[in-house]
Amino acid sequence: MNFEFPALPYAYDALEPHIDRMTMEIHHTKHHRAYFDKFVAAIQGTELENKSLNEIFAQISKASAAVRNNGGGFFNHNLFWEILGPNGGGAPVGKLAEEISKAFGSFEDFKTKFNDAAANRFGSGWAWLSVKADNSLCVCSSPNQDNPLMDVHDCQGTPIMGLDVWEHAYYLKYQNRRPDYINAFWNLVNWEKVSDNYEKALK
Amino acid sequence: MKTFFLNFIMASAMLMLTFNSEAQQAAKSKAPQAGKPAIEAVSATPVFTGTGTDWFISIKDAPFPGLPYTYEALEPVIDKATVEIHYDRHHRAYFNNYKKAIETSPETGEMSFYKLFGSITEFPATFRNNAGGFYNHVLYWSNMSPNGGGKPSGRLMDAIVAKFGSYEEFVKQFEDAAKTRFGSGWAWLSVDLATNELFISSTPNQDNPLMNTVERRGFPLLGIDVWEHAYYLKYQNKRPEYIQNFWNKLNWADVQARYEEYFTLVSRLK
Ligand SMILES: [Fe+2]
Ligand SMILES: [Fe+2]
Repeated sequence: MNFEFPALPYAYDALEPHIDRMTMEIHHTKHHRAYFDKFVAAIQGTELENKSLNEIFAQISKASAAVRNNGGGFFNHNLFWEILGPNGGGAPVGKLAEEISKAFGSFEDFKTKFNDAAANRFGSGWAWLSVKADNSLCVCSSPNQDNPLMDVHDCQGTPIMGLDVWEHAYYLKYQNRRPDYINAFWNLVNWEKVSDNYEKALK
Repeated sequence: MKTFFLNFIMASAMLMLTFNSEAQQAAKSKAPQAGKPAIEAVSATPVFTGTGTDWFISIKDAPFPGLPYTYEALEPVIDKATVEIHYDRHHRAYFNNYKKAIETSPETGEMSFYKLFGSITEFPATFRNNAGGFYNHVLYWSNMSPNGGGKPSGRLMDAIVAKFGSYEEFVKQFEDAAKTRFGSGWAWLSVDLATNELFISSTPNQDNPLMNTVERRGFPLLGIDVWEHAYYLKYQNKRPEYIQNFWNKLNWADVQARYEEYFTLVSRLK
């Protein structure tokens, strides 16, 4: 088994006031943990056991719903915790900043597009910034715990930044006000990590 | 004129959102009409229950119905804050959004919910999401009561036992459907439109068994909302607890009335 449940890279209250301590704690120790445990149970003793997540996602249409939902939930939250941070916010620099301007017009235009993707995803899901096979950037959203690495996704690529818009991600603090949560998210983005993900995703 | 009148009634209803218990008591003592037991609990509140003549009215004419009890009436199963936000924000937003959508495709406004849902894939997604969300929540509020709980009786109970073997087995299957719906959605007990048999199903997001998106179409009698917003403030990740507790507020009289009414109105639908 080559999968491990990651510790949160900061304290549960580190993202206050934008994301409250209780939400972080339940989100990490209950939701994320449950995805991990169920994913491990679903692949244990199967041929998927020794594959990488990327390999599993590339053929997810052939896997069970348990692998898709929980494998997705495991990976998506790993990425989510990583790209957030107590010292986040601001704007990207360097190559990623240039590419964002090139792809979307400006950083502000990119934010608008990403906000729309996150706000308009009806029901549970995620908004993504990904790098497509031709190295171009793209913003999209996915339902439930799907992600752009999955062969079922309509805009496939390598996600370098994701925003969880399941109600569990924001309901204790924001209730029905998802747009407020999305706005708060920008204060937390760890652009260094997103840039790092970007460099690694380039082919 | 009719619209004006409805608006006026709705405005009055808003003022009455904090109902006093006297009004509730008075309303409770009124003998419920078949098919409309719960919503009439608050007088001067526009009635829309998704039953009776509501099956045939145009979606543009449906009012935003009053909540048939106070916000805290479902405690301790569902907390006051959850009911208030769920009814006054989520449900109302679905209502406002589908009314707004009618402005851009007026032909849909003339359809009944039954007709619209039966061909929902032919219309913009906003109808599927928001007219669905409106209708489903009407059912949900009507399906619950502060005096809920117990078991069904009569013809509905007979049909449940005939179909599922026992009431307990029905409960188990319904709970499974509600627990295993991944992400946002609903679990349902419906009457199969083709065979008139009871069946359990679940749907994603704000879909429902009347929509032509489902494998098996049915008329919903009982629906449980398993979007996280329905339970998160009180139960967080513990959806199964919410589902188990739901039975204690379930208004079986409402479910039974819907079942009876299905058979009296079904010929007009087909
Ligand atoms: Fe999440
Ligand atoms: Fe709801």
